[in-house]
Amino acid sequence: MVFVTVGTTCFDALVKVVDSQEVKDELLRRGYTDLLIQMGRGSYLPTKSTGDDGSLAVDYFTFSSSIADHLRSASLVISHAGSGSIFETLQLGKPLIVVVNEDLMDNHQSELAEELAERQHLYCARPPTLCQTIAGMDLKSLVPYCPGDATPVAKLINRFLGFPED
Amino acid sequence: MEKSTGRFFSNSSSSLGITCFIAFITIIVLRVIYVIYRTGKPPNKRSPPQALSTLIVLGSGGHTAEMINLLLVLQKDRFAPRFYIAAATDNMSLQKARVLENSWADSSGVKGISAEFMQIYRSREVGQSYVTSVWTTLVATVHALWLMIKIRPQVVLCNGPGTCFPLCVIAFIFKVIGIRWSSIFYVESIARVKKLSLSGLLLYKLQIADQFFVQWPQLQRKYPRAHYVGCLM
Repeated sequence: MVFVTVGTTCFDALVKVVDSQEVKDELLRRGYTDLLIQMGRGSYLPTKSTGDDGSLAVDYFTFSSSIADHLRSASLVISHAGSGSIFETLQLGKPLIVVVNEDLMDNHQSELAEELAERQHLYCARPPTLCQTIAGMDLKSLVPYCPGDATPVAKLINRFLGFPED
Repeated sequence: MEKSTGRFFSNSSSSLGITCFIAFITIIVLRVIYVIYRTGKPPNKRSPPQALSTLIVLGSGGHTAEMINLLLVLQKDRFAPRFYIAAATDNMSLQKARVLENSWADSSGVKGISAEFMQIYRSREVGQSYVTSVWTTLVATVHALWLMIKIRPQVVLCNGPGTCFPLCVIAFIFKVIGIRWSSIFYVESIARVKKLSLSGLLLYKLQIADQFFVQWPQLQRKYPRAHYVGCLM
């Protein structure tokens, strides 16, 4: 199952391109059978499909309190570039394509996506390049992401305030 | 005779007024310099501190997730009572904080709430122009002042949302005026790899944060007073 998420944002450009015949055909070609789209605050509605006729099964919803279950059952995640979505996916060890929203002012999100793509933890794309990214991706080449650690910060804060070392 | 006496008194009272005003401004300026000088230095304490009242600023998107990650490794008894503030239009952050506090209350079996949850007017919505943001930031600042007078935290934890800037400025002003001395900790978001956020840049340049943490080495090179702590997520 391919899970697409836009988090708490509106990202019609991504939902539209994922719903395009081009991308759906490419996903089928790469062996995926189902597509589930979490469309957030967007206004573009994808076309549902049962997939009975051999095409990609497509379904969508706006929000859920937790997408963890959908992430867990996905074999590929296509996400907006929000850090919450990115790290939730990486920590579950799922292959991830991050799509940067070109319409955002001061696109700071792309910095994170590009840095993690450089470190080969995920693929980075924009809506127009998503199809060729799917076509060319080699998921086995992705490097697993080691979860971060907040204890260095906690140590420094405690030391500053004068609390004894544990 | 009386006219010149009257003029003498009104002259001296106005020059007295001016003198007082200048003295007042000088005291404020000296106090601000003193606070900036002491920012970043651990508070003077003869013995280890007791529990410190802590303000935790939450933000939409990944901000709250990162903050919760940090809270999970902080000793709950050292940072209590805890006050959570999130923007009024942010529906999920306070809920996530409540879930966290409830899970702590359940596991420790301690009755009674050492956590409070508040909403604040937003300085700037995502995508809002910077020009209109000036006015909304002023409104948010007045609201922040109201909340801060009630809380008067000893520790401020924030990680980037625009909401935190007025709160940190007010905490700084409280230090200047002597209402409450606090330690302000700022963790720049993991999404900031090469450039600081606007909140981060302001708090760094104005030297308001006592400790400024960054998660990527590129930022530590650019902003040497920052502490590089690696990725939190």
